This record gives sequence, C-alpha cells and structure tokens, in this order.
Amino acid sequence: MKFTTEYLKEERSQEWREALRKSMKAKERTSMERIRMPEVDPNVRNKNNQEVNYGLKEEQALLESHRCLDCVDPTCIPGCPVNINIPKFIKKIEAKDFPGAATVLKETNALPAVCGRVCPQEVQCEVSCFYTRKLGKPAVAIGNLERFAADYERDSGRISVPVVEKSNGIKVGVIGSGPSGLAFAGDMIKLGYDVTVFEALHEIGGVLKYGIPEFRLPNTVVDVEIENLKKMGVNFRTNFIVGKTETMDDLKKVGFEAFFVGSGAGLPRFMNIPGENAIGIYSSNEYLTRINLMHAANPDYDTPIFSGKNVAVIGGGNTAMDSVRTAKRLGAERAMIIYRRSRTEMPARVEEVKHAEEEGIEFMNLHNPVAYFTDEKGRVTTVRVQKMELGEPDASGRRRPIPIEGSEFDIEVDTVVVAIGVSPNPLIPHMMPDLKVTDWGTIVVDKETMQTSIPWLFAGGDIVRGGATVILAMGDGRKAAEGMHRYLKEKVKKKS
Amino acid sequence: MNKILEKQFFSPDVAKMVLEAPEISKSRKAGHFVIIRIGEKGERIPLTIADADPDKGTITLVVQRVGVTSARFIALEPGDQVRDVVGPLGNPTHIEKAGTVLCAGGGVGVAPLLPIVEALKKAGNKVVTVLAARNKDLIILEEQMRTFSDEVIIMTDDGSYGEKGLVTHGMEKVINREKVDQAVVIGPAIMMKFAALTTKKYHIPTIASLNTIMVDGTGMCGACRVSVGGRTRFVCVDGPEFDAHQVDFDEMLKRLGAYKDQEREAYERYLKTVRS
Ligand SMILES: Cc1cc2nc3c(=O)[nH]c(=O)nc-3n(C[C@H](O)[C@H](O)[C@H](O)COP(=O)(O)OP(=O)(O)OC[C@H]3O[C@@H](n4cnc5c(N)ncnc54)[C@H](O)[C@@H]3O)c2cc1C
Ligand SMILES: Cc1cc2nc3c(=O)[nH]c(=O)nc-3n(C[C@H](O)[C@H](O)[C@H](O)COP(=O)(O)OP(=O)(O)OC[C@H]3O[C@@H](n4cnc5c(N)ncnc54)[C@H](O)[C@@H]3O)c2cc1C
Ligand code: SF4
Ligand code: SF4
Ligand code: FES
Repeated sequence: MKFTTEYLKEERSQEWREALRKSMKAKERTSMERIRMPEVDPNVRNKNNQEVNYGLKEEQALLESHRCLDCVDPTCIPGCPVNINIPKFIKKIEAKDFPGAATVLKETNALPAVCGRVCPQEVQCEVSCFYTRKLGKPAVAIGNLERFAADYERDSGRISVPVVEKSNGIKVGVIGSGPSGLAFAGDMIKLGYDVTVFEALHEIGGVLKYGIPEFRLPNTVVDVEIENLKKMGVNFRTNFIVGKTETMDDLKKVGFEAFFVGSGAGLPRFMNIPGENAIGIYSSNEYLTRINLMHAANPDYDTPIFSGKNVAVIGGGNTAMDSVRTAKRLGAERAMIIYRRSRTEMPARVEEVKHAEEEGIEFMNLHNPVAYFTDEKGRVTTVRVQKMELGEPDASGRRRPIPIEGSEFDIEVDTVVVAIGVSPNPLIPHMMPDLKVTDWGTIVVDKETMQTSIPWLFAGGDIVRGGATVILAMGDGRKAAEGMHRYLKEKVKKKS
Repeated sequence: MNKILEKQFFSPDVAKMVLEAPEISKSRKAGHFVIIRIGEKGERIPLTIADADPDKGTITLVVQRVGVTSARFIALEPGDQVRDVVGPLGNPTHIEKAGTVLCAGGGVGVAPLLPIVEALKKAGNKVVTVLAARNKDLIILEEQMRTFSDEVIIMTDDGSYGEKGLVTHGMEKVINREKVDQAVVIGPAIMMKFAALTTKKYHIPTIASLNTIMVDGTGMCGACRVSVGGRTRFVCVDGPEFDAHQVDFDEMLKRLGAYKDQEREAYERYLKTVRS
C-alpha cells in the first residue's frame, strides 16, 4: 500500500495532529537531543542471553516523539520498505495514545516489534529523516519508537487484532514462514482469503527463530506476533515441506488457487579450503540453529554443541556478528571475527559491530583463512590465516581483498563458524523446471506484483533477493499479496 | 503430533514402530527418510521409512537403540504421540533392474537396508543379502530380509551364528561365486569403507547410504556434509545414497564421532532416570 500525497495531507490536517504541532515550536523540537537506547552492561550481557537493548521507557519515548516535526513532506516514509505512516504513529505516541500508535504500525507492518529491533534503520527510514537529510543531526529514533509502541501494546495484554474482511473462501498457500511469508499471510487474511502457511521446520518464523539470537530478538516477541496472525485466522502447518510432504499439484487438487514462495536463502556456503569438514567447524546456520532452534546451550535439551574456548568466526555480516556474540555467551575466552576486508566494508549493522566490540569480541580484519588443521580425532585445532590488503572496488562496489604472499600464520582454535553467506533454497526451483530463475538460483519476479513466470506463483524475500533484510522480505510479502489479490480477482471475474 | 499405532520388538534393541503420517505415507518412496523429534526438548534424528501404507495413512520405522533419542523412542507405546515427524526427505533410491544385486548391511545399517532390499526384489533383481554383526544376538531383521532376498548370508565376528568372519568375507564369497552387477552397502562407516574397497577391487558399481549426523534434513545447516569425489556434499539433500567408491569414509567416520563424549554422558544420565 502506497500512501498518496493527498491522503497523507488529509491525515496530517486532522485536528489532533494540528493541535500537537502547535503545542511546541519546531525550534524547541529540533534542539532536543536524541534519546539513547538504554543497554545492558556489556560485561553482564556477554555472559547471558538477555536482550541487549532494554527498550525506551515511557518518559523517554514521549521525549523522543516530540522531536518528530510531523513534516509536510515526510521523507522518512518512502525510506521504509513497507511505508509505515511514521509521523502518524509517532504523533500518537506524543498524544500518549500508545495502543493507537501500535494500530498505525500494524496498518502496514505485520511485525512491528520485530522490525523495531532488527531493521537496519540507519540506512532506511532514519537516513531519510529530515534531521539527517537537512539538519545534519541524529535522526528521530524511529526504530526505537516503533519497538516501544509494539512492546507497550504487547505488555498491556490488549493486542488489537486487525479487522479481517468476510471470508471469500479462496484458498492460498504460503511456502515458508519467514518474515516474507508472515507479512504476505497477514495481508491476505485481512482481504478475506483462506490462508495456510507451510513450514518445513518445527517452529514458525524462519530466520527470526532459527537464526537471529535471543539477545537481539527474543522468541517470545516473535511468538506474540504469530499468535496474532493465528487469531486473525491464518492456518499454520509445521513439519510440512512443500514439494516433499506434498507437492503444489497435490495442494491444488484440494483447492489451493495460488501460492507465495518465501522459502528464503537458507543454504550455507563454505570456502572449500583444506580441512573445512573437520569436527568443530560449523556453518553459521548449523551453529545458530543448534542454539536458537534446538536450545543446545540449555542442559535440559538433548541437542549437543561444542562451547569452545577459542572460537573463530569467518565473515563480517550480521550472521557472523550473531555467531561470534553467541560464542562469547557460551563461555569462549577468545571469540574472534576473521574478515577479509576492513571494517568499512563490513556488511553487518553498525550497531551490531559496536555491540560486539563492547562485549570483548576480537576483530581480525583483513585476514582470510586458507586451511584448517586437526588432531588425530579430526577435531579442528588450528586455522591458518593469510593477511589481505584492499585493491580496486569489485562488482559489489566494495574494495577487493588481495592476499599478501607469505603472510600466513596460525591461530589456535577449537571451534570455527563459517558465516560467509548463503545461497537461495533450491527446492522449489528444482521442483518446477518451468520456473524462471537467475544464474544465482534466485526466482525471477515482476518487481511490482512479485508474480513469477508461472502466473499462480508469487515469490518474495531472500529467495528473490539472495540474502537481504527482514523488512525487505516483508515489503515483498505485502507487494505479493496485492499482486495476487489482483490476479485472483481477475480470475474470478473471468470465470463468472 | 503423530500418534504411534503399533510397536513390535525384533530384538531387545530393535523395534518396529508404526506411526500415523498420512501425507508422508502417500509421498514416500524407497530410500526416503524422515526426521523425528520426540518431545519439546528432544533432538531431531533421521530414520529411514522402512514401509508405508497410504490407505491407512501410516509409515513404519525400524529403530535400533544406540543412544538417548533412539532409546526414548522405542520406549514409547502405542497411543503415545511423537512431537514432530517431517518428510519424506532425501532422494529415493534409484531402483532398476540390474541383474544380481549384492546387499550388505551391518549394525545400524540393517534397518535402512530393508526397504531397499524389498524394492530391488520387486524390480525383478536377484538379491543376495549379507547381514553382519559381532555376535548372534546382534543379528536383526533376518526374517524380514529373507522375505525379500533370494539368499541371506549371515556373518558374525565370533562365529556364534552363520559363518565366522567379517561382512567383506561374506561379500567376497558371493562375488567369487557368481557375477554381481551391483552392490548396496549400509552400515557403520568403517564397515562401508571396507565393503566399498572390496567391491572396488572387482569393479562392481556400489551404492552406500550414508548415515551422517543431521539437524534439519533440508540442506540448511551442513551438519551432514561429507566429501564425495573430493567435493563437499550434503547427505540430506544430495543423498543419502552416493557412489561408495567416491566417499571419504575416514572423514565421515570422524564426523560421526563428533559428539561421542556428550552422547555417552547423556545416555548414562538417561539410563539412571529409567532405572530409578
Ligand atoms: C543470523 C542472521 C541474522 C540476521 N540479522 C538481520 C538483521 O538484524 N536485520 C535484518 O533486517 N535482517 C537480518 N537477517 C536477514 C533476514 O533474517 C532475512 O533476510 C529474512 O529472514 C528473509 O526472510 P524470508 O521470508 O525470505 O525467509 P526466511 O526467514 O529465510 O524463512 C524461510 C522459511 O521457509 C522455510 N522453507 C523453505 N523451503 C520450504 C518448503 N519447500 N516448504 C516449507 N517451508 C519451507 C524454511 O524452513 C524457513 O523457515 C539476518 C539473517 C541471519 C541468518
Ligand atoms: C538418512 C539416515 C537414515 C537412518 N535410518 C535409520 C533407521 O532406519 N533406523 C535406525 O535405527 N537408525 C537410522 N539412522 C541412524 C539414526 O539416525 C541414529 O542412530 C540416531 O540419530 C541415534 O540417535 P541417539 O540419540 O539414539 O544416539 P546418539 O547418542 O546420538 O548416538 C549414539 C551412537 O550412535 C552413533 N550415531 C549417532 N548418530 C548416528 C547416525 N546418524 N548414524 C549412525 N550412527 C550414529 C554415534 O556415533 C554414537 O556412538 C539413520 C541415519 C540417517 C542419516
Ligand atoms: S519497519 Fe524498519 S524501516 Fe520501516 S519504519 Fe520501522 S524501523 Fe524504519
Ligand atoms: S522525516 Fe523525521 S521529522 Fe519528518 S516526519 Fe519523518 S520522522 Fe518526523
Ligand atoms: S542435515 Fe542440515 S544440511 Fe543436511
């Protein structure tokens, strides 16, 4: 849903908004300091799984909400991939109508408590805020306020369930329960469709559950949002692999009219260097899945994990930061990042790198592993790294790392986590020879409707983009819902 | 939730479990496996689908007790529920009429071998099966194997049953006796390694079904990875069957031992809770 300028103007001219704007001079607003998110002490939090950020307190959120100027042309909105009506929700906070703020968020975002926590706000809504663009000051803390409103509503125990249209009896299927699938399901149920989400794993949530750790995104936060979707009428089938348990053809026979594929980019990449299959060398997916999905660090659960003393994590993205910070929390004495470029090129969020540094993570930037060595049992004992320097920018626009000959040296390790990226899940493309995919294995879609080369199949999230972000995945899910709704309406019209 | 409908012990450590799983029962083919998780705190373990009845909507698993999860599973009774069952996973066995097929199973490998033996027989092959174990008590599924094999040869390390000797002795006996067109070997990694070396000597195409440690079974984690022909492959999505002559069994053997100490401790803890 894109807001029209007229709509935004009309909303902005509502009495309560006008009154709020008048209640404080713009100058006063812009002279206020951005409220800092309170955080748990690094030396406490690196030993437990508690969430790093406490969340804003009511007084803090109120203060921060006053900074927002309720701009005539709110440039923040197009910065948000799901176009949250940002000034409206912030002004609801200023008016102390916190549940009202949450309702605004949910008009366009099925998972506000999640996005408020994990969105790279600094490169999306906040980078487009008037403060950043025109005043050269820290942006309004949009993400923190979003989290505040969503948490407030949840903690109040009175979660508003969005209005759902009368059922139209049309069955649609969702493949994968990651953020793209959940966002799609949320919109389709609102439109009156009979929605079923199929998930291969035993838990709903995709990467939100098995990947992103508790200390950044508690599972309970995700669960509340899923409960909400259930209340709206979305059906969930866990332990169901579309294409294996049943095929789409089977499902079409029982009445499914169209499908959305949000199967993610879940295949781990390895570097294919000598010794990489040694015991103690994990993909980040395996490492994080054991901890987050299987609760391996909790002695009450059966799944085992090594909690190494010297842990090396290879890579510089969010996944690498999550893995290395997890290793620290499992008791590693030395938890280090080995990354082949420099800090400037790191794809991880700035906040995550900063948190990792505070927690005592070592950074070996401009280093790259070349081989692993083991003891007689096959357990990794050593990683050999090579120093790197930066050359000209490559296709990704980042400066290419070049190995420095003869600079190799060895580091003692007992656990290694390889976090160098993931590839698109090949299951659905393999199943459907007619489906158009790119050379990288991502599904080709129409950018506006998210329709694939097969008319009744829509797709979004990481399976279309390669590794991306939660909010982009959700934005895709929403666009696909709109696209599929139009497609199905046409189809019904033709039939009648 | 999947309900257990039937349980039958083949030996003190091996039980057949029949579970409700309507969709899986319809989609499964020989060689497919499922991943189960018994309870909320359980781990996910892979088990081959030994048989299925699409009309009744059931699948049959044959499980050998080797550690905590397998022990907990076969301690369940009809009427009990298994928390999660997902599948069918992996690629089905490539079953064709090859002529004479030599199937060799040892230890944990005998259960997953059973549906393959059955399918090979039904495809019109002559099937000679070699079952091997340390002693008589550890020979399992003999009767079921006889149903689908033209001949079953039993080998025990101590000679307490069948012939004395290793699985490879039994295999060589057959190979020296008649023309073998294909071999299938399933068992502990060490057994598969030597069985593969044996058939390689005679240039017999050989398939091994690998039983690596798994977590998700969908290609997402890489726990199940092995080197095959110098390339890293994922057993759950690329396998579980591979050209046995290409598999790096030494590496696989090591990887299977990854959690040995933790598994032993967990099993000892479990046994205490069962006894008390
Ligand atoms: C460790 C980690 C940290 C991250 N941190 C951040 C962050 O801080 N901020 C951010 O914005 N992004 C982050 N990301 C990226 C973000 O999580 C992903 O971009 C996003 O989850 C993609 O969503 P998706 O809907 O495409 O699929 P996914 O979340 O990948 O979910 C796909 C789901 O589909 C299921 N599935 C696949 N095939 C089938 C099938 N055939 N049948 C049934 N189910 C199937 C899978 O089991 C999975 O559960 C992180 C990623 C990781 C791994
Ligand atoms: C594709 C596939 C199909 C399988 N089919 C069957 C089957 O039909 N019936 C059956 O009984 N078992 C089968 N297995 C093996 C089964 O998964 C393991 O026995 C089980 O995971 C052991 O779990 P546990 O907790 O009881 O024992 P653990 O405590 O985990 O292990 C006990 C001992 O068994 C060994 N072990 C652990 N995992 C495996 C494994 N995956 N394979 C072999 N040995 C292992 C360990 O080295 C350890 O010494 C299969 C495995 C795979 C990968
Ligand atoms: S969803 Fe993300 S990008 Fe959109 S407003 Fe919230 S934090 Fe910003
Ligand atoms: S651009 Fe910034 S100040 Fe303006 S409405 Fe958006 S958040 Fe408020
Ligand atoms: S079990 Fe996870 S990739 Fe095979």
